[in-house]
Amino acid sequence: MSSAPGEEVLSAGPADSTATMLEVRDLSVEYLLERGTVLAVDRVSFDLAAGEFVGIVGESGCGKSTLLFAIAQLLAPPAEITGGSVIFKGRNMVGLTDSELASVRWKDLSVVMQSAMNALNPVKSIQAQFADAMRAHGVTSKAEIADRSAEVLRMVGIDPVHLGSYPHQLSGGMRQRSMIAMAMLFTPDLVIMDEPTSALDVVAQRSLMVQIKELQEKLGFAIIFVTHDMSLIRHFSDRLMVMYAGVVAEYGQTGEVFESPMHPYSIGLMEAFPSIRGPRVPLTGIPGSPPNLARIPPGCRFAPRCPKVMARCEAEPPGLYQVNGRLVRCFLHEGGRAQP
Amino acid sequence: MTDPAALPGGAPGPADNTVADNGASGGPLLRTEGLTKVFKIGSAMSKKLALHAVDDVALSIGDREIVALAGESGSGKSTIARLLAKLYKPTAGEIYFQGRPLSQIRGHRQVLRYRGDVPMVFQDPFASINPVFRVSHGIMRCLKLHRPELSAAQRHEEAERVFAAVGLTPAAEVLERFPHELSGGQRQRVGFAQALAMRPKLILADEPVSMLDVSIRIGLLNVMADLRDSQGVSIFYITHDLASARYVADRLIVMYAGQIAESAPTEEVLTRPRHPYTQLLLSAVPDPRAPLNVGAETDRGEPPKVINPTPGCRFRWRCPLAIDECQHVTPPLRELLPGHSAACHVARADAPTEAFR
Repeated sequence: MSSAPGEEVLSAGPADSTATMLEVRDLSVEYLLERGTVLAVDRVSFDLAAGEFVGIVGESGCGKSTLLFAIAQLLAPPAEITGGSVIFKGRNMVGLTDSELASVRWKDLSVVMQSAMNALNPVKSIQAQFADAMRAHGVTSKAEIADRSAEVLRMVGIDPVHLGSYPHQLSGGMRQRSMIAMAMLFTPDLVIMDEPTSALDVVAQRSLMVQIKELQEKLGFAIIFVTHDMSLIRHFSDRLMVMYAGVVAEYGQTGEVFESPMHPYSIGLMEAFPSIRGPRVPLTGIPGSPPNLARIPPGCRFAPRCPKVMARCEAEPPGLYQVNGRLVRCFLHEGGRAQP
Repeated sequence: MTDPAALPGGAPGPADNTVADNGASGGPLLRTEGLTKVFKIGSAMSKKLALHAVDDVALSIGDREIVALAGESGSGKSTIARLLAKLYKPTAGEIYFQGRPLSQIRGHRQVLRYRGDVPMVFQDPFASINPVFRVSHGIMRCLKLHRPELSAAQRHEEAERVFAAVGLTPAAEVLERFPHELSGGQRQRVGFAQALAMRPKLILADEPVSMLDVSIRIGLLNVMADLRDSQGVSIFYITHDLASARYVADRLIVMYAGQIAESAPTEEVLTRPRHPYTQLLLSAVPDPRAPLNVGAETDRGEPPKVINPTPGCRFRWRCPLAIDECQHVTPPLRELLPGHSAACHVARADAPTEAFR
């Protein structure tokens, strides 16, 4: 790990419940490969308040999962945090040792992975896996472990008889819900979710989303939710970050971004999925594919696919401009212009 | 769009509960009758359990038609695709392709011919193309095997033609790439190009876009619609995404627990769903353009595994409208409105069903 900024970085008062709980500042992640480095996440910054739900959307390879892993300090070589900080409850997580992180994981921060089948241990019962996590954090009473395990399972709508089940005995939806139950064992302040519903079909997906939201309202944890399907989080997230090729393309209130997307990439995403209601209109999606992050173009990274590209876009990279409380990385909105 | 019409009298077998539809040649391109696939499960000692993956399914696919088959995981969608692809043998029932029963298609040459007429495109574009060869390899093999009359130069020409037809341009250049040099969307186009090279009548597409990013899916759906319109190919499109079915499909069949729940022209199913399960599926589709609807929240159920089934509606445990009859009598697929059938005791022709809103 490169230089870890110490305590001099802005720290939020942990006593104040409405204050910022997580501050990500200029976070960069690179994959150090033999044929060169790939800058997967390039100086991403955002704040998260307690109890807030932030959605991060973008295409495969845009760096959204890498960003999540960087926040949770789960990156493994060849990926490395090469700059920036992740201040979680006043403490910079970047550069912490494994043992220091162990006290935070599950307790204050938990992660729900994309594929529960791969995240759960196939040769251990659900109960044994729950007990593992609890014992690792000093809960030794068998009764307490059993009680809490049953309680969290009930919370996600699974009958506690399934505590004795092995992952393969559960349906996809139940596996994913037991992962979420496991993440709730210690009622963390922050739950990081990496496409938890993408392996599920539409009915299970829908009921899981509703359940996550209900749990959040009840327990008050904050959520960072990564998905490639914007339509999924329209009604659930407070703020929405659109990522493109490792950078933030647009960031703002979810409703506003959906109502009036500003970045041409966001606009393209909005028009990429067919609707179940309303007139049937031909759609085009977004032609082309994202740039190779090993050879980042000098100008705007979206320029080759952008329908509104200007000469300037190919020469210099646009900044992240503030427009009516929203952040947009596009020259059309330079200087805070709402209308291009 | 295909106009629903009665099957001609000359068609073999009873056609009463077949979803009627007529192709240009007089009969549907493909239809099934009482199609059933039962898997024996349990230990070798006690092979008593029978999993009814597909149960008494009658469906048809016309010429130049995209038929979508929708349902949850485990509803039997992929089993049907494999039955139609002749990868599984039906336990009971029959599949007719251009009027000819599939059970009579035997021998290497006939089976090869059928596979060329009805190729399959798979769900995972990362697993379905051999990573150690250039993408031209697979398509050249298809052409050699299925169209041996072509010379090497003609094969190359044909490969370029089908690559261009699915939007992989410049075709000559893309043919020389390796799969890892292509994006997921491009790989899935390669899958369609390979199918197209065989000059198929019907492409079986099992969740062809579900592994792709939302922003790329629409491009593939456009390719499918274009194959139908410009190449005259029919497509059997298996999906759990009703919005994409609406975008490309002429007709929509909704499956639940191995049986057809509802079937009608796509827009008809979506605007006037009659089966409560169709309504549940519809209410679960995320629609950012509409306000959040809260009615579907009560459903936390899952499709049952149909093991040694007894009569009765298989949706009754999740259905808010279930009546006594549903417990004992399996609802037949009834034609409620012209071309619009539902398998539900409660559904009526003249009134919408109000189960999940």
